[in-house]
Amino acid sequence: MKSVNVLLIFKKDIMYKPIIYRIARDFDIVFNVLEAKILPKLEGRLILGLKGTDQQLEKTIKYFTDEGVEVQVLADMIIRDEKICVHCGACTAVCRVDALYIDRETMEVRFDADKCVACGLCRMACPVKAMSGNAIDREI
Amino acid sequence: MNSPEIKKTYEEINSKIRKGKAVVVTADEMPAIVKSEGVKKAFEKVDVVTTGTFGVMCSSGAFINFGHTKPKIRASKVWLNDVEAYGGIAAVDCYIGATQVRDNDPLNMVHPGEFSYGGGHVIEDLIAGKPVKLRAKSYGTDCYPLRDYEKTVTITDLRNAFLYNPRNSYQNYNTAINLSKKMIYTYMGILKPDMGNITYSSAGVLSPLLNDPYYWTIGTGTKIFLGGAAGAVTWQGTQHDPSPERDENGMVIGGSGTIAVTGDMKEMSTDFIRGASITGYGCSLMVGLGIPIPILNEELAFFTGLSDSEIRANVIDYGIDYPDGNYRPVKEVTYAELKSGTVEINGRRVPSAPLSSYPKAKKIAGILKDWVEHGFTIGIPQVQIPSIPYNKK
Repeated sequence: MKSVNVLLIFKKDIMYKPIIYRIARDFDIVFNVLEAKILPKLEGRLILGLKGTDQQLEKTIKYFTDEGVEVQVLADMIIRDEKICVHCGACTAVCRVDALYIDRETMEVRFDADKCVACGLCRMACPVKAMSGNAIDREI
Repeated sequence: MNSPEIKKTYEEINSKIRKGKAVVVTADEMPAIVKSEGVKKAFEKVDVVTTGTFGVMCSSGAFINFGHTKPKIRASKVWLNDVEAYGGIAAVDCYIGATQVRDNDPLNMVHPGEFSYGGGHVIEDLIAGKPVKLRAKSYGTDCYPLRDYEKTVTITDLRNAFLYNPRNSYQNYNTAINLSKKMIYTYMGILKPDMGNITYSSAGVLSPLLNDPYYWTIGTGTKIFLGGAAGAVTWQGTQHDPSPERDENGMVIGGSGTIAVTGDMKEMSTDFIRGASITGYGCSLMVGLGIPIPILNEELAFFTGLSDSEIRANVIDYGIDYPDGNYRPVKEVTYAELKSGTVEINGRRVPSAPLSSYPKAKKIAGILKDWVEHGFTIGIPQVQIPSIPYNKK
């Protein structure tokens, strides 16, 4: 079992079509809605945490794409530059999902990209600009 | 009033250091030694305890002399990468302050502002050896006729570049929460509404002035680690306050002591000096600093032996109280609680986050230990920092 967070963008032509329910029924995916923003008749955005095997996840993402849903894997959106990071911990004050957390043994900051929901708060909190990439909140 | 009882002299300790025989430990190693062997034995055994801290320290900056130009200029306004440096010192001297923001920065016009480049970044870029655009203006005099000067320079072109920080290494500091209803962007980081998080900025057990809470061994002439190079304490820092609330051990709870420090930027490293952009607040400088504490008496063994669970700090509301100028601590918490990741306040578990880097602080204490083991002697303070009499309750 693997878990991956994805941002799904439903353009207006498909935003009222029922799509999500099938991922549990047809692909046996365990999913959790992490965030949702719906602009009526304009666009819908959903962040889902998906749990399944590699094969199930692959099929699910293909299914979304075939249905016309734009899929972005959130783990790829925010990047930490290890050479710039000073391990101060300021980002851990704001991370919503504990993707950025402190290893209590060494007090170093760790980044678990698979948990990231690309909110972009870490980019604002980092005093040395070690975090970069696109945050979803800023695009809407 | 502030002379400690000296049972092991500076001369004894320095002679051991010169011979490579001094016993040096880092401040995070000392609590275990004191716990297992007792204060008296720890005092007899350990000669020097090294400390370290790395975090944003406002009231930092650099004196720069860019060398005389041909023809000569008596610069009255100076900019480095479009960040203004104070030029009212002498012909080609200026002071670049860490918090000065680059000209035409939008500041907080769209709140919270990014403050992407300022004096602290200029200092980092110079230390990194990067080219920096120097610009100077003057009104012209008979002896200094040039009115405008512009040149791209690196640190090696500068005649002098001394980091000179009027207030660094706060002995202890507030921890911050937000009791207001909106997210706030402060120098204590981004604070979530309704006490959604708590931030702190101290290395705790490793922090320099917490290991010598009465400043017995720290004063003008104390040799320190500053930004990767050897530096010195020059004076008490601005806002130095020796008489904050102290606990039953005599350890400070409030903000308290500060030091002014200096060092040669040409010898420093960007591993230990970094420009900082604090969203919604401004620019600053992250400074790495460490002080070797000579264990002159048993009390110093006792203080350096205190652990994070025995050092406390005040929790302050930055949502309403702090901006209003009301100093009303919500409660006291220990650094052990803060470092655990959650703190209990008013019956709630509040997630805690540091703003200063403990891994870097540990690295600095380790490097300083290595220096002392290899001949870096203890600077005897020539002018003591103001203190108060030591009374153990």
